Amino acid sequence: MAIGWYLTVSALIFCIGVVGVITRPNPLVILLCLELMLNAANLALVAFARMWGSEDGQIFALIVMVVAACEVTVGLGLIVAIYRRQLPVNVDDLNELSG
Amino acid sequence: MSAVLFFIAAIGALAGAIGVVVIRNPFYSVLALVSHLIALAALFLLLRAEFVAAAQVIVYAGAVMVLYVFVVAYIGGADTPLHRPGSSLKFLAPLFGLAVAIELCIAMLGTGLKGVSGKGAPYINGFGTPRHIGTLFLTTYLLPFEIASLLLLVAAIGAVVLARRRRGLEPDLTFEALHVPRSVFTGTMAEAAGFRAGAGTTTDAHEQTEPIGSQTSPPAGVGSSGSGEKGEGGW
Repeated sequence: MAIGWYLTVSALIFCIGVVGVITRPNPLVILLCLELMLNAANLALVAFARMWGSEDGQIFALIVMVVAACEVTVGLGLIVAIYRRQLPVNVDDLNELSG
Repeated sequence: MSAVLFFIAAIGALAGAIGVVVIRNPFYSVLALVSHLIALAALFLLLRAEFVAAAQVIVYAGAVMVLYVFVVAYIGGADTPLHRPGSSLKFLAPLFGLAVAIELCIAMLGTGLKGVSGKGAPYINGFGTPRHIGTLFLTTYLLPFEIASLLLLVAAIGAVVLARRRRGLEPDLTFEALHVPRSVFTGTMAEAAGFRAGAGTTTDAHEQTEPIGSQTSPPAGVGSSGSGEKGEGGW
């Protein structure tokens, strides 16, 4: 398959993730949609690595996976802290800092 | 053959992605993301990225998703509304997503790079194997490798600090009861049973035989004001 097909799939997955981040009110699902976007970027990176015939893009994709794991850990810790304080697990109700 | 595999994996990945956004229950969203990640690993294999595909399945679909499942089980995977009530985002968001998709496709497919319409560089034996990736990580990309390990350490400590139980910021009734001054030889068994939460601030024998069952009022108030009133009335 041509590389362009992989890039198209990557773009579609990224946009599905964007729509999820915009619409869903649950922070857990928002984190899941962030994962979708990071994975779309990973797919594009690996496709470009295949296109150029060098493994640098794959290294980049692995680093992105590490950063995604860190983001998930801290994000889930925040959600657990929100739940422990008996605050609503809903990004629309957590508006204490918005002026 | 590779075209058939590509379309199967691509449709699986897109269906999993749509499932994450559309499914109402967060638990099933996580499961949809797992299927999406596995389909994406198949796409990585088609792109000759064997080590990245293996890491995707083991680390992402295995470890990270287990973390998600635990947090969903802890918080409770109750059905949440798909859209924020009373907002126009329900109609605007798909339009925005479609616009971004078209823009990204134009940007990536219209670059004029010859490789985009080609099948990629000629395959070298051993491309994307753990041996090559490991060699690159320990020679050319040693600094990003070390920074990634440091980042993982910081994230682990940060998660523990964020998710631990804070003693000073949350109301903790047992510690409030313990801060009330009490006389010597007043037992803590009564407190354990829920009675006489703050009694016994004076050493008078009459006051220690007050009727039980005063646990409805807050402990600190009973200890301070209750003893003063009784002191005036009794003497």
